[in-house]
Amino acid sequence: MTIFLQILFGLLGGFFGGLGMGGGTILIPLTTIFLGFDQQLSQGINLLTFLVMAVFSMWIHMRNGLIETKGIFWIILGGVVFAVGGSLLAMVLPSLILRKCFGVFLSILSVFEFLKAFPKQKKQLKNKISNKKAQDK
Amino acid sequence: MKKNLFIQRSDKKKNVLEKLVLVCIGGVIGFLNGFFGGGGGMVCVPTLEKVLKLDNKRSHATAIAVIFPLSLVSCAVYIFKGAIQSLPLLTVGLGVLVGGIGGSIALKFLPSKVIRIIFAVLMLAGGVRLII
Repeated sequence: MTIFLQILFGLLGGFFGGLGMGGGTILIPLTTIFLGFDQQLSQGINLLTFLVMAVFSMWIHMRNGLIETKGIFWIILGGVVFAVGGSLLAMVLPSLILRKCFGVFLSILSVFEFLKAFPKQKKQLKNKISNKKAQDK
Repeated sequence: MKKNLFIQRSDKKKNVLEKLVLVCIGGVIGFLNGFFGGGGGMVCVPTLEKVLKLDNKRSHATAIAVIFPLSLVSCAVYIFKGAIQSLPLLTVGLGVLVGGIGGSIALKFLPSKVIRIIFAVLMLAGGVRLII
């Protein structure tokens, strides 16, 4: 049963990942909540499976000429250094605390997803905020 | 002549500043992606759209190329620190592989708005459950 659930959750996470929406944000909560995985284990599995999937999708995108190389060297340079720092921090934190941090991160991301799903309302919200700022001045 | 030199110098300064901004952006994405073991792509795609002025498709593709080396480094840390067990990795990994292929095929047929709302609801539910 557990093995069945593990495969099922993998399928779900992979499906959203394949849609280009970010599979980890689905996969990590599923395995942590329903299978009782350590937060670190969930995250590690997500990283590893992403690497495998990314090889295929990068190959396809490269053939279609969709990967922009200008400027990304500097992003990667900064990213690699802080990736080590972030990962090490995740390794020393207690699983439960990391889990709560992840929950906050996920909730914030979901708000942005809602806004993306409703572009009209997003525009109105932005206008409202800028109007308010103008009034404040 | 003097003026020309000044412009050149300020261009150089601007160039360095631009690179510094890119390094900082990378730092934030790298930290988040390593600390949370994912989600870097969701931060990276809109950032690339804004900063490098890429369209949505290019931004998606380029984000994978950016996240890949970051995840590689993070993954090495996770493995080195013994956070990954092999048995659940195999079963979940198998699911992700098959699901990923399914997702990329379904991309052409599914209404993106409905899927995005489902995705956002799942994320919010998961997020709240993890905090409690």
